[in-house]
This record gives sequence, C-alpha cells and structure tokens, in this order.
Amino acid sequence: MVGIVIVSHSAKIAEGIKDLALQMAHDYDGIYAAGGMEDGSIGTDAVRIMNAIREADKGDGVVVFGDLGSGIISAEMAIDMLDGEGINVKIADAPIVEGVIVAAVEASIGSDLNRIIEESEKTRDFRKIQ
Amino acid sequence: MSSRIYDCIAAIADVIEENKDFLTDLDREIGDADHGVNMARGFHAVREKLPKDDPDIGAALKKTGMTLLSTVGGASGPLYGTAYMDAGKVAAGKTEITAEDFGEMLKAAIAGIQKRGKAERGEKTMLDSLIPAYETYTEKVAGGADLVTALEAACEEARKGIEFTKTIRATKGRASYLAERSIGHQDPGATSATLTLETILKFLKG
Repeated sequence: MVGIVIVSHSAKIAEGIKDLALQMAHDYDGIYAAGGMEDGSIGTDAVRIMNAIREADKGDGVVVFGDLGSGIISAEMAIDMLDGEGINVKIADAPIVEGVIVAAVEASIGSDLNRIIEESEKTRDFRKIQ
Repeated sequence: MSSRIYDCIAAIADVIEENKDFLTDLDREIGDADHGVNMARGFHAVREKLPKDDPDIGAALKKTGMTLLSTVGGASGPLYGTAYMDAGKVAAGKTEITAEDFGEMLKAAIAGIQKRGKAERGEKTMLDSLIPAYETYTEKVAGGADLVTALEAACEEARKGIEFTKTIRATKGRASYLAERSIGHQDPGATSATLTLETILKFLKG
C-alpha cells in the first residue's frame, strides 16, 4: 500500500487534513503528518519530513503533499537526502486538502503510486462554486 | 581551545543574532516577517550542536547545514542548509583552506542554492549578492590576490548586489506575491548572505 506524507508549516494543518482524509478512508492507516517544527513553532523541517517518508514507505512508495513555499523546498530536500534508500517517493502538484483526500481514498483501495498522483492532481481543476 | 572553524561559525551566529530584528523587518516589508527570527533560531541551534574542538572544516560545515535544515523553518533552512553542506563537501577532511579552496566552496554553495531554489540571478534573492561576489572573488584570485584581499572585493560586490535587489521585482519566494510592490525594498536573503561573507572577512582579518 502506498503511503502519504502531509507537509505543512503548521502541525495543526497537517494533523487536521489527516483527520479529514481518514473520515473518507477510515480503514487506511498510511497517512503521516509532518507539520511544523519539532519545538511546535510554524515552519518546515526537512529532517522531520525525511523521517515521515521513511515511516510511510511500506514498499509501494510514498506520495508527498506540501503547502506553500518551503513546504515544497523542504520536501524536495528530504527526498534528495533519501537518495540511495530505494524509496519510490514523489511530490504531487495538487491542492493539499483536496489532494490528500483523493490520494487517501485511492491508496485505501490499493491504487499504485502513479495513479494516486494522477487522480490527486486532477483536483487542481475542481470548481468549488458551479 | 575551540577550533578556528568553530570560532568562525560562532562569529556568523553572533552577527545573525545581532541582526535578527533588522532582517525580520526587511522581511516584513516584502515577505512573511520571519527571516531574522528563523535564521537566529537556526544559528542558536548550530552553536549548541557544533563540536567546539573539531578542526575539520568540512565536518563543521556539514553539521551546520544539517542543523539549519531542521531548525530554521522557512525556505532559508533548506537553502542555507544546502549551501553549507555543499561547501562542506569541498572542504571535507581539510583543517586549512587556500584562496582557491574558498572559491570552490563558494561555487558549490551557490550551485546548491540554485538547484534547491530553482532560481537565477536577477530574481531578487541571495544569489544577487552571492554570484557577483563569487565572480569578483575568482577574478581577484586568478590575478594573484590572497583570500582576504579577494574576499574584500567580493564583499563590496555583495553590497552592490543588495542595492541592486532594491531595483527589481521578486519572482521567487513569498515576495513574488507582491510583484511590482516588491520594488524599492532590499532582499532579506541577499542581506543575510552579505552579512555572512562580511563576517568571514572580518574573522579572517582577526
């Protein structure tokens, strides 16, 4: 099963998105929240993200969702630091809330990494008001 | 006795701490008002974690980079983290560096920042100070200048780079959300990068 890592500047945002996604995919236990700094302050921490990716990997790969700015740069740094460990990990270019929900549903039904990324990136075009 | 490299990095930590409010104020104008606070938090952790007596310059820079990565919090964490780590690779195992070594370290640091930030010169970032500083530095060294003389000229170019960032709009980072409104303000990253070079120069002059 593919794992999911949520990267946000805020631990509350990352945990909150995880809770929200688990409402839709309650049997799925592959979501790891890597929000905020170790001391609880706002920010992103590439080492924390790296450890979350390692935990999330059960052999089928990991998809990472980031919020803005250093959310992505720190995630890229974390992935570079994992080079050579053989983890198939990719960042999805998708809105973090909608993207994680779709990814969790897809992962829970056993979709592979590429399909999860494809489906979650479709949420970029979701209209909220018709 | 602490090693020279420890003392040099501790001097950088002091200057970042002294300029915490200044850097944060610059970032308040065009960013998210955290550059000084973030950098100071990072360098405070570096000071705690860096072994005082290890003279290995490469190891010290690597440790500094790794620490900044996990303690700064903003984009400057991975950017400065990569810069220190990549410069550290050039200096691996060395306890002394030549003028040429320093040029190679600066080059590696800049390449690391560019790769990580996907930025070019002219985008109102620390590269607008670091790249002209590096170019002048290597020119001077090629002409026979020693490290201190070349770095003196490089710092001058880095300061000009800060002035240049006032004239352009940001296309990278949080300031890019402001577009035209970012013109007129100096870039906090170019400022902290210049402070770093100036502190190394001051340290070497003793």
